[in-house]
Amino acid sequence: MIEVKNLVKRYGSHLAVDHLNFRVEDGQIYGFLGPNGAGKSTTMNIMTGYIGATEGEVLIDGHDILSEPEEAKKCIGYLPEIPPLYTDMKVEEYLRFVAELKKIEKEKREACIQHAIEMTGLASVSGRLIRNLSKGFRQRVGLAQAVMGMPKIIILDEPTVGLDPKQIIEIRDLIRGLAKEHTVILSSHILSEVSEVCDHIMIISHGKLVASDTPENLTKMMDTSHRMELLIKGDGQQIRRVTDSMEEIVSVEMKNGEEEGTMAVTLNLQEHADIRERLFYAFAEARCPILMMTSSRVSLEDVFMELTADDKKARMEMEAAADQEEGTEKIAVPQAENGSGEEAPEENADDTIKGEQ
Amino acid sequence: MLAIYKRELKSYFTSMIGPIFIAVAVAFTGVYFMVYNLSVGYQYFSYALGSTLFIYILLVPILTMRSLSEERRSKTDQLLLTSPVTVGQMVMGKYLAMLTVLAIACVIFCICPVIVTLGGAGHLASDYAAIFMFFVCVSVFIAVGMLISSLTESPVIAAVGTLGVLLLIYFASGLASYIPTTAMGSFVGCLVLLVLLCLILYFFTKNWLVAGGISAIGAAVCVILYLVSPSVFENLLPGVLENLSLTENLDTIMYTFVFDFSGLFYYLSAIFVLIFLTVQVVQKRRWS
Repeated sequence: MIEVKNLVKRYGSHLAVDHLNFRVEDGQIYGFLGPNGAGKSTTMNIMTGYIGATEGEVLIDGHDILSEPEEAKKCIGYLPEIPPLYTDMKVEEYLRFVAELKKIEKEKREACIQHAIEMTGLASVSGRLIRNLSKGFRQRVGLAQAVMGMPKIIILDEPTVGLDPKQIIEIRDLIRGLAKEHTVILSSHILSEVSEVCDHIMIISHGKLVASDTPENLTKMMDTSHRMELLIKGDGQQIRRVTDSMEEIVSVEMKNGEEEGTMAVTLNLQEHADIRERLFYAFAEARCPILMMTSSRVSLEDVFMELTADDKKARMEMEAAADQEEGTEKIAVPQAENGSGEEAPEENADDTIKGEQ
Repeated sequence: MLAIYKRELKSYFTSMIGPIFIAVAVAFTGVYFMVYNLSVGYQYFSYALGSTLFIYILLVPILTMRSLSEERRSKTDQLLLTSPVTVGQMVMGKYLAMLTVLAIACVIFCICPVIVTLGGAGHLASDYAAIFMFFVCVSVFIAVGMLISSLTESPVIAAVGTLGVLLLIYFASGLASYIPTTAMGSFVGCLVLLVLLCLILYFFTKNWLVAGGISAIGAAVCVILYLVSPSVFENLLPGVLENLSLTENLDTIMYTFVFDFSGLFYYLSAIFVLIFLTVQVVQKRRWS
């Protein structure tokens, strides 16, 4: 279990992490979501003890990362944004070094290395120099390093960046497999990835936690109206007649479909109304075949844009959501508002700071 | 620590830096040994060894340049600093790996006194003590190089910086004779040093109050001392520089065959301070 309390990281006048509070429970996959420069990597670097925080504390399984670094670090496997690989070593040699570095007992070491190689599918390249590996394999070596010794908590910073679609799917499966025994925290700015893999999403913007919930709840939270999209063969009048007969339909939008003689229809429905079956029979009776029917809900993408685009708006959303949720899930309402004008050149500021480090 | 030590040592031998360091060191020592001992006929190997010290001003930067800067550049320090080892252990692992490379060269040197003895009158005890002191002295050079490597992300800058500092150390005793020995001269020198100290303090703390305050207090002490008893300042700077000079300490064993424990103690404390500073530099970066 990880507890992050009131975490602040300041680079000069730039606030990279702004009073962050959250808890990570065991045995789940957590996703850190946020635009570039939101403070995801900084937070992860602080959690793993790579850099120090300006204020606040991080407890890893009850051990403070600052006062008991060795105990705390033993519980963590970390894959940073750029995998920390010694390119002049062979894969197996490197993993052996990592195992020794992580103080895995001598008897267990060999088994641990083999397990990590097997898990990440590195067997075919275990004798090759890391320098000669492709980006995807390097990423896997980094992942093998993170899972070495089966730490309780595995923290992955953008684990699928730079991989091809097949590799991404493999890595995702691997992460899902890991979650059976470990707590996994991963960061990403790719929504589909997080929503597919994670049990719990934390959205970070400008160093603040703006939302923390399950993907389903996040979408539900934004979902005020129900919409259905249909593609129907027939003319507008016939369709209008059918839709008018149903009282659940609030409004109808129609335009010509791509195919000749079809109409693309968008129905706005009353909340929680399920009229799919009735629509089917009604249109069948009117001899207007339904070619396609989908019920669309607000996507996670919309939630993300909503929450990260505009701080003020996001805060209002969150407050509304917090009222709905009745406190079962912890949601951080952003604290003191910093002038948004000051935060605008976020990415540039971040770059210069990295240069100074 | 052991894991880092083993990895570093291995990397010195896969990257060829280690073998080249040893080869050049042994080759030059061999040439001096041939000329001084075998050809001219000196009975002490320490003469030959002492003359090769300048080679290490060029060799040590090559050995130390990558030690910490490369970790930062390739981001592998993220692995080391997030694993259950302390910064001190990490730095020591690296330092000991570099010392091991040097030690291999020194073990090879140990053959030379035996060769001299075989050819007639040798002085084994004195020569082996000289090799030991030589090892410790170059260890100080390596600690200097490691500190400079920790300050930068670029191995090239680390190498050039180390080269400059080592040259300064090497010539310090020679340069000391050009510093005025009068009280006034040393007094002005002290004030210049205080200004430098102020700038260095500011560079590390980014706090003018602390840097300026400490320097102002130092300056005040200097002025009062100078007014009360100017004789304190006579020959102060040249004397201090000569005592601090690393090479002077080595010369006592090399050319007068006296094993000087105060010299050894000086080297060891210099190593300790340099390693301590290296650890602080690495730590500081995590907090800024």
